[in-house]
Amino acid sequence: MKFETVIGLEVHVELKTKSKIFSSSPNAFGNEPNTNINPKDLGYPGTLPVLNEEAVNFGMKASMALNCDIASETVFDRKHYFYPDNPAAYQISQDAQPIGEHGWIEIEVDGNKKKIGIERIHLEEDAGKLTHAADGSLVDYNRQGTPLIEIVSEPDIRSPEEAYAFLEKLKSIIQYTGVSDVRMEEGSLRCDGNISLRPVGQKEFGTKTEIKNLNSFAFVRAALEYEEKRQAKVLSEGGEIQQETRRYDDKTKKTILMRVKGSADDYRLFPDPDLVPLYIDEEWKERIRKEIPELPDARRERYAKELDLPKYDAGVLTATKEMADFFERTVELGADVKQASNWLMGDISAYMNKHLKELPDLAITPEGLAKMIKLIEDGTISSKIAKQVFAELVENGTDPEKYVKEKGLVQISDEGQLREIVDNVLDENEQSVIDFKEGKGRALGFLVGQVMKATKGQANPQMVNKILKEEIEKR
Amino acid sequence: MGLYNFTIKQIENMLHKKEISAEELANLSYEQIDKVDGDIKAFLTLNKENTLEKAKQIDAQGTYDKKLSAIPGAIKDNIVTKGIRTTCASKILANFDDPLYDATVTEKLASEDSLMIGKLNMDEFAMGSSTETSAFQKTVNPWNHDFVPGGSSGGSAAAVAAGEVMFSLGTDTGGSIRQPASFCGIVGMKPTYGLVSRYGLVAFAPSLDQIGPMTRTVEDNARVLEAIAGYDANDSTSSKESIPSYLNALSEDIKGLKIAVPKEFLGEGVSEEVKESVQNALQMFELLGATWEEVSLPHLAYADAAYYLIANGEASSSLARFDGVRFGKRSDNATDMIDMFKQSRTEGFGDEVKRRILMGTTVLTGDNNEAYFRKAQKVRTLIGNDFRSAFEQYDIIIGPTTPTAAFKFNDKIKNPLTMYMSDMLTVPANLAGLPALSVPAGFTETGLPLGLQIIGKHFDEQTVYRAGYAYEKATNHHKKRPERGGA
Amino acid sequence: MAEITKQDMLRTADQARLVLTEEEAQNYAVQLSEILTFTEKINEINMDDVKPTTNGNTIINVLRNDEPKQWDEKGAALENAPEHEDNHFKVPAIMD
Repeated sequence: MKFETVIGLEVHVELKTKSKIFSSSPNAFGNEPNTNINPKDLGYPGTLPVLNEEAVNFGMKASMALNCDIASETVFDRKHYFYPDNPAAYQISQDAQPIGEHGWIEIEVDGNKKKIGIERIHLEEDAGKLTHAADGSLVDYNRQGTPLIEIVSEPDIRSPEEAYAFLEKLKSIIQYTGVSDVRMEEGSLRCDGNISLRPVGQKEFGTKTEIKNLNSFAFVRAALEYEEKRQAKVLSEGGEIQQETRRYDDKTKKTILMRVKGSADDYRLFPDPDLVPLYIDEEWKERIRKEIPELPDARRERYAKELDLPKYDAGVLTATKEMADFFERTVELGADVKQASNWLMGDISAYMNKHLKELPDLAITPEGLAKMIKLIEDGTISSKIAKQVFAELVENGTDPEKYVKEKGLVQISDEGQLREIVDNVLDENEQSVIDFKEGKGRALGFLVGQVMKATKGQANPQMVNKILKEEIEKR
Repeated sequence: MGLYNFTIKQIENMLHKKEISAEELANLSYEQIDKVDGDIKAFLTLNKENTLEKAKQIDAQGTYDKKLSAIPGAIKDNIVTKGIRTTCASKILANFDDPLYDATVTEKLASEDSLMIGKLNMDEFAMGSSTETSAFQKTVNPWNHDFVPGGSSGGSAAAVAAGEVMFSLGTDTGGSIRQPASFCGIVGMKPTYGLVSRYGLVAFAPSLDQIGPMTRTVEDNARVLEAIAGYDANDSTSSKESIPSYLNALSEDIKGLKIAVPKEFLGEGVSEEVKESVQNALQMFELLGATWEEVSLPHLAYADAAYYLIANGEASSSLARFDGVRFGKRSDNATDMIDMFKQSRTEGFGDEVKRRILMGTTVLTGDNNEAYFRKAQKVRTLIGNDFRSAFEQYDIIIGPTTPTAAFKFNDKIKNPLTMYMSDMLTVPANLAGLPALSVPAGFTETGLPLGLQIIGKHFDEQTVYRAGYAYEKATNHHKKRPERGGA
Repeated sequence: MAEITKQDMLRTADQARLVLTEEEAQNYAVQLSEILTFTEKINEINMDDVKPTTNGNTIINVLRNDEPKQWDEKGAALENAPEHEDNHFKVPAIMD
């Protein structure tokens, strides 16, 4: 039997406000345990929530960037469940009326464009963090109260590849709005997946399973691929899929049963009487709408059209706002478009991947890159020396002009000086001259290398080539 | 001399004339407690050392220029006090020696230089109408020790009635200030919802809870409310309405005041003695130049039902945070995490609290959420509408505070439903968020106090106080005191 | 008429993280059936077009500026806990 895969994703994104959503504790990642807390975050009796306006602004901004309609009237609800990381034993969330609804994201897989619907985006508070020790569990409430948006996709995704593309695009758009760092490794973006199969042509959805503990987009794709196969096997053999929660184990590359979903999950929701209704008028919405920057798709189109960049390159350069902003600034400072693009997509990206760092974490600036490109273009440094300059620039942010001057790395383009060096090299390597004359092309490369060695790599390579050939001819 | 011989204003004059000091006032309060509280059992915790220290500071300064300078008061034990044990009269918080922060009202009282004598007994988590559900002790009615003081602010009412303090703070979710005030023959005010900050009030039902003053006279009451009312950025439901001077509003002249008397307040279940006291009060109001008419607020008949659904639904949520993780009691008998939650809560909560949690959980679960809880919230809308239309024509609404005078211990505790019925006249003001005052309105044949309830428009505490003050001045009920200070 | 069984009561207690003896469950079931039945008088009212009142008043849009504040009692908060370890609150192990 042929099956069609149906996938829906739930993505939690932490908003990077300065303080928490319902308390004034600092909202920060990576601090000592239980330092960003106050009585409210600990669920102390008598404490009350007060809504952070910036959290609403950020939630609205993300929802708008994801093409959602924004609620005009909404309330916050209490969602009850007991767990040590949930101090009030209820999470404040938006149930009946989310801040955003009916949005979409356009993805592209194998050259085919497709819109994936977003059912809803709601604001809520994050829980604390539980770590399991041998004789118990330890709770850190620093994260408790961090503002979150939960983005729920429509079940429009038809393959793990599409899921991957959806997440990449979602991350990129949110990152552009500046409301979140969207770093999966820090937990500021988290994802759960729902997947079911149905016979091709059938309208009703099959029974779905939920997959949790997905720590990277690659794992999301791998877990969905595994689950797709597992379900197909079960169904093909006449079995039934249970409604259950599974987790992905990246060591075995399998999904493992966590628990079967019962009907007992009842969150006893009702509007939180400690919080008051929120009305969002058109003026407020417009104010936020104006703050949304040009988003990746629009920027990519512009690069392709106005800067004549290949579509692929434009896509890579616009994947993050930092990269695109870096690129544009470098070009603004006079660097060649193709050069700027090549450095960003090549050496800089390679460096980021190797060191697992983001662009803002690097010492290199658009000013530095533009200067370096200029030094290459005007022949001040060779492309070989450029690698050395880049290494310094990316590590320490040293001004390329200064560095080149101080280290004496300026390219030797003085013809007389080069001719003298070439003559010396030829004198010392008579056999190579003979070899070359006998048609062994490799000998020229060797001689170039010797000239470079003699000049510590600073000789202008084009000129060395030319002069070498001329001088050999003379012999 | 005893504290109950004076009003706050009289004490203020004596302080200014150096006829009395803050230290003497503190000592008067603690002496009276020593004398009577062994019987009355109003206090759970005394704050003697801090208070005497503070009294000395106030005397050293010698200006006595704050709203409550040197006035001995006490706080119900569901209002948090930094550095002072706060238990809600529950075993689950028996070891909650320091809540680590002050309620807004606690801070306000301190900044008005009042003397915080101690923390007062109550029904566990304010759930009850007799203070019998306290996990620690039974407070008695100072007028007759065989009778309950009412509840849930029973300790707050008894302490004032027995002259242990000049005022107390109570909390009122469905009548918990007014009912014990009525039972103990004192003045109790539940202010408009949002007038007094709830920050630091341990929630029972957050959409209904309000903190309010309990005093011997209307004037004292108005003064304490002035001290604790006002906008608080820590409470999202706090009103930005400006606070007028309630004291300045007091006047014996109520000529032309229009009073509505809902017939639903004088129906089935209300004792003859109570009805009679209301009739007498209305005659007095007529003499004072007010007019009254009987009206009907048809949805009041459903107020008690709506109240129990809403209050308990919210309560089951409010009390979920007591889980033995961060503060309070943790059971020693737990095998794992979930069992720790269950054992801690089971050992920590008393019978009535469990009943309310079970009922609240029931009405929020599954289809019941719509069929009971949400429907009750709709009834609440209708009750609000009833009051709104009545207030289009009338200035205040008057009725009894309670259907009967105080009842005996163990009379109702065995039957929850009959206990709940003693709130039937007080819950409507909570559902509608209206200010409501209970003032002494005479005594039963057996000498137990009765209360008259005056309900006003939103944020019109002024008119409520004015009516209460005129009535109080025209009668002598409030001048009578329990014999030997109730001991 | 609300009919709450002992079994209902045990299930609800489990949800609310309470433990009841069979006898307690039976008693509560009887009492809650009585109380709930009493509340059912609200069904006499037609409320099709009535909006529920969920708050104590009609205030809207209360918002706080995004200004972080430190709290000084963090250490004392750990001391208030029944058990803590390495600056964490500690709970017994979780059994699946």
